Amino acid sequence: MKPKTKILFSCSILLLILMYFFPIWSISLEAPQYPEGLGLYINISSMTGHKTHDLNSINNLNHYIGMKVIKPESINELKIMPFVIGFMMLFGVIILLINKKKLIWVWIIIFMIISFIGLYDFYLWGYDYGHNLDPKAIIKIPGMFYQPPVLGTKQLLNFTAHSYPSKGGIAAFLSIVIAFIGIGVDKRKKRKDKI
Amino acid sequence: MKRVLWLFGAVVIVTSMIILITACPSTKKDGVASDAASKVYVAPGEYDELYGFFSGGFSGQISVYGLPSGRLFRVIPVFSVDPEKGYGFNEETKAMLNTSHGFVPWDDAHHPEYSMKAGMPDGKWVFINGNNTPRIARIDLTTFRTTEIIELPNSAGNHSSPFGTENTEYVVAGTRFSVPIPNEDVEISKYAEKFKGALSFIKVDPNNGSMDIAFQILMPGFNYDLSRSGKGKSHGWSFFSMYNTEQASTMLEVNASQNDKDFIAAINWKKAEEYVKQGKFKEFTSSYVHNYIDPNTHMAVSEKRNKVKVLIPSECPGLVYFIPTPKSPHGCDVDPTGEFIVGGGKLATVIPVFSFDKMIKAIGANKVDKVIDGIPVLNYQSVIAGEVEKPGLGPLHTEFDANGFAYTSMFVSSEIVKWSLKDFKVKDRIPTYYSIGHLMIPGGNTVKPYGKYVIALNKITKDRYLPTGPELCQSAQLFDISGDKMKLLLDFPTIGEPHYALAIPASLIKEQQLQFYKMEENKNPYRTIKEADAKVVREGNVVHVYMTSIRSHFKPDNIEGVKVGDEVYFHVTNLEQDWDVPHGFAVMGNTNSELLIMPGETNTIKWMPKEVGIFPFYCSDFCSALHQEMQGYVRVSPANSKTKLSWNN
Repeated sequence: MKPKTKILFSCSILLLILMYFFPIWSISLEAPQYPEGLGLYINISSMTGHKTHDLNSINNLNHYIGMKVIKPESINELKIMPFVIGFMMLFGVIILLINKKKLIWVWIIIFMIISFIGLYDFYLWGYDYGHNLDPKAIIKIPGMFYQPPVLGTKQLLNFTAHSYPSKGGIAAFLSIVIAFIGIGVDKRKKRKDKI
Repeated sequence: MKRVLWLFGAVVIVTSMIILITACPSTKKDGVASDAASKVYVAPGEYDELYGFFSGGFSGQISVYGLPSGRLFRVIPVFSVDPEKGYGFNEETKAMLNTSHGFVPWDDAHHPEYSMKAGMPDGKWVFINGNNTPRIARIDLTTFRTTEIIELPNSAGNHSSPFGTENTEYVVAGTRFSVPIPNEDVEISKYAEKFKGALSFIKVDPNNGSMDIAFQILMPGFNYDLSRSGKGKSHGWSFFSMYNTEQASTMLEVNASQNDKDFIAAINWKKAEEYVKQGKFKEFTSSYVHNYIDPNTHMAVSEKRNKVKVLIPSECPGLVYFIPTPKSPHGCDVDPTGEFIVGGGKLATVIPVFSFDKMIKAIGANKVDKVIDGIPVLNYQSVIAGEVEKPGLGPLHTEFDANGFAYTSMFVSSEIVKWSLKDFKVKDRIPTYYSIGHLMIPGGNTVKPYGKYVIALNKITKDRYLPTGPELCQSAQLFDISGDKMKLLLDFPTIGEPHYALAIPASLIKEQQLQFYKMEENKNPYRTIKEADAKVVREGNVVHVYMTSIRSHFKPDNIEGVKVGDEVYFHVTNLEQDWDVPHGFAVMGNTNSELLIMPGETNTIKWMPKEVGIFPFYCSDFCSALHQEMQGYVRVSPANSKTKLSWNN
């Protein structure tokens, strides 16, 4: 492993620390009567409102369409996630210590698989909340479901829902990007050496 | 291979970044018309083209604005006391707020309605409902004062009201809550069995406006929401929307939202008149109060009444029909031709438009799906003229312009939607800030709408104005509807919560204003028509002060011999005979209000002195250069004192 690769990969690992301090994903809701916006952050071990009482407000709004109450404390994924990211950091440190560049590939692939599983889980969670509605709901619109998008924008009745990675998620994304670059830098160096 | 992988990775990264950047939400714009200011600008000294009467909702009052400027002229006290004007405090108006429950100093005023001739406003009166303690009030448009309030028996909440007929033969009322009739001590869970809803038709005397309950119709125990009376060909019919046809008594939010269709009731009130004439009514005993200002003495009179004629639909065929209407309808609005009845189902995904002609045909052909308590439910398909598809969310209330377009307020999606009565297709939509309830087009409920504007009455203002703590203003927004596209011109905060509003051409009202009360017509028994007659009279421990006020003094202005424990009545007559010269009258420490006395008028305020001393009184309405000198003193002596009653004049 070249020193530059080591430095960049160390950055990758350090970036993951940000995931403990900043939200990973953000769902924001826009509606005419909420000019100030309304939204949820998915953090590494919790789910919180953009503003203090947003989760409350969202749950309150959701009762009109018969959606289940969102209780962050009952979401098991949020209990595991700090350890998963912790494992990735630990694994990264081990790679640095044993100085095996190929293992960075393994690290990247594992991280990407974990990310994919995370997003798929997020999709399933959204599907469940969006589709399993109280049959006695106040507002029932035939064929209408309220699944938030995983990535992008979707109209849910009078709300426009946006779902995008937030600082923590971007950090994870950059972490992978930088790990890639680290490998790339190594490779280009080699080619130059050959010439 | 690795190089390919690396390149692939790089491409994925770059594309995802582009997606992230471009997909971020864009900010919305207000859409204020560029020429907005000039369209609503009324130059200083110029007049507005319309009087706007805005209900105050929980303020219990009506506020009067100029349109299109949105300038506030006056707040008319109706159902709520107003110490500023002495309304509900002075002896002349106290009785106006009497009900069968006693003195009720507040109500929830929702829907103003004007008196009409041939389906057009005649500028005589404005009526408005009290939603809490069921009442209807009448405001005289020569004085802008509440001159009559009638309570509604067998009712609990009066929401679908007053919504008069084409020539104000009647104003109507529908109970918001069903209750046992007569009211009694029953288990609430017996709702479906015991609770009934009363619709009331209140006859209005075409000459003096006096109201009298002509008859009531005893309906099933649903919640009656809004109403409109027919016009043109549908004159003779009134329509009432209703929700909770599920007959839930708890958690209506959910339990009254289950049926796919609730109803609009079509009432043939001409038929009702026939049944009443034939004596096919039952006389119910139920106490209610009728208050009015005696036109001669200017004093409120309260009359207790206890009988009302009630028609039972099952005994009166042809009186009531139900039109199935999707999802808890609010509005049931009749277009200018009288042909279309537009339902506004709060939770519905379409706006149903019913045809009056088809309804008459369906009745003739007996297209009845079922019968509820003797009321035929007409077949939806046989009555529907069309459905407006994808109108928006939460349609509430519809008004009409003169060009065949309808405008429906959408509470949930917070917008006004314009659609055509020809093809029932949406033509335009514009956001409101925020959460519009009713809307109003000047003349939008008449046979010939005359407004270039639609006015949104909004429930929420959030970031629209400078904030004022937890409680923010409600608002009205004025849109130009003279073109194909609606344009926002103006918004202004309102007094209380404006549920509905009316606009009457200024020309109909402006010239008929009473400028002052003529002294020679003042028949108040406590009047003092000249200073020389001013006096103080003791009757036991009641002291009557007959006082005059004119710029810039009271007569008398020194009164002695009043004692602790006395009941003092100041009968103050304003001797001025000129426009815009009211005088105020206020006594230190009076636990009552002030008086604000118009020229030529006598007002009386009660004062109960509790301590010995000198008590000043003064004029509280800046009347003249020496207004500050317009004052006086009352000497209060101990209860057992021998101080002689004396005064100066």
